[in-house]
Amino acid sequence: MTADIDWAALAVFVFFFALVTVLGFAAAHWRRPKTLAHLDEWGLGGRQFGTWITWFLIGGDIYTAYTMIAVPALVYAVGAYGFFAVPYTILVYPFVFAVMPLLWKVAKDNNYVTAGDVVYGRYGCRPLELAVALTGVIATMPYIALQLVGMEAVIEALGIKGELPLVAAFLILALYTYSSGLRAPALIAFVKDTMIYIVVLAAVVLVPYKLGGYGAVFEAAGAAFKAKGSGGLLLAPAQYASYVSVALGSALALFMYPHALTGILACRSADTIRKNAILLPAYSIVLALVALMGLMGHAAGLKLTNNNEVVPLLFKILFPGWFAGFAFAAIAIGALVPAAIMSIGAANLFTRNFWKAYINPDVTHAGEAAVAKIASLAVKAGALLVILFLPTQFALDLQLLGGIWILQIFPAVIFGLYTGWFRAYGLLLGWAAGILCGSWLVWLNNFKPLHTLQAGSASITLYSGLLALAVNIAVAILVTAVLGRAARRDGKFARAG
Amino acid sequence: MRLVWLLLFVPLAAVAWVPFYNRTAPQLSGFPFFYWYQLLWVPITSFLTYIVYRKTRDDS
Repeated sequence: MTADIDWAALAVFVFFFALVTVLGFAAAHWRRPKTLAHLDEWGLGGRQFGTWITWFLIGGDIYTAYTMIAVPALVYAVGAYGFFAVPYTILVYPFVFAVMPLLWKVAKDNNYVTAGDVVYGRYGCRPLELAVALTGVIATMPYIALQLVGMEAVIEALGIKGELPLVAAFLILALYTYSSGLRAPALIAFVKDTMIYIVVLAAVVLVPYKLGGYGAVFEAAGAAFKAKGSGGLLLAPAQYASYVSVALGSALALFMYPHALTGILACRSADTIRKNAILLPAYSIVLALVALMGLMGHAAGLKLTNNNEVVPLLFKILFPGWFAGFAFAAIAIGALVPAAIMSIGAANLFTRNFWKAYINPDVTHAGEAAVAKIASLAVKAGALLVILFLPTQFALDLQLLGGIWILQIFPAVIFGLYTGWFRAYGLLLGWAAGILCGSWLVWLNNFKPLHTLQAGSASITLYSGLLALAVNIAVAILVTAVLGRAARRDGKFARAG
Repeated sequence: MRLVWLLLFVPLAAVAWVPFYNRTAPQLSGFPFFYWYQLLWVPITSFLTYIVYRKTRDDS
């Protein structure tokens, strides 16, 4: 502990953290289920969340603490390019509106809890199911770890050294997720999102006011990029294609992640999802405004050792201690909600597509819930160990790869909703080709997710995940064409037990 | 398949054409065009989705 702890900030922070801890445990009794010993109840909150709960839940789930720290950090570092988060979240909701109600209905009718269930029910192919489930779990692990990075950033800003607070926070999170399941993050999301809206509203009004208006913010940031000789307020022409392709690829990938899909499957009806596709963009406005805080960092003349400090430091120097504490609590709680849902999503995959598929096919509903609860603990322990014992760069690289990998399950999960044409082994080989191609491109480009295609003197730089997806789909079509279209179970999904 | 579904592709067209909005002028209360144009497309997309919702609500 050092002398520069701001006690007002710390008190407010601890108060809100304690509040959500109580909520987390109380959530087990919220909208009382007959029993929590059923995966539909523990892992999907009973599939009964209506429009408003879903809005808070999915909003709290996909606009994570890491997003609130890392997007402004990227904007601070490179300027306009970091703003890709905005077109990304513009493109994602029309996709959700058109596709996710279909997926929800198939899952509801056939008792599916995971993307692996959907794929197995559609194609009856265990290897393809395993590929989808494994990709989901592996892509989620570093994502959980990065929530810890977000939490670490604000705990450090409070002036607290050491890793003990982080471990304690995660332990509490693990325990109430264990006992309350998806109901815990759903209830906490109300608090978290309300706090985030207050914080962002205050920041976007007061920070520019203190820094001389938005005009001054953009001017100062532009001057800083010019002085630095890299980045800028506008994109360079060479960045156009990568800007759009990263946005599009990320938009297609987002709802392949287990945590996002869990939020969808927990909805009460297909209409709930459609309404949310209209209402969730409110969070995108918040995200865009938070992204601008990266530019405000330049206007405030911050000197950073790590770009992730830009948001915490802005609050620290521009706001009174108690409000900074409130903002930090919002971000830390913003890490808890997605981390809980991610671990639940990964635990559901493990239970349905590994335990039930290979270890105990006759597992009862209560048995499934018990396995999932243990798995959720294991997943969080794994993420914590990664952050404590491996360099953060490892989690960042893995997260980058994870985004490319998760996009490769898109054909297997989505195409079957529309057509019975594809063969399971076509999709499986396509998946394998996509994973290999994507990983190779990332390795080739020194762990940057962009690859430049050259054709004579013309060149175009695109998101590697999207290139890998193109290879994936091409292989799936080719193999299916060679094998001949599937004869069996045309357009039908098989019920899961 | 109803034509109104095509509205969902309009946002893609709006953000895919980067040279159109990668510029400073016209500014809006200090925001360069690049920033307020994309920010504006968030509510426009939401509104377009709402139209599709209203028009297709009673289908199937």
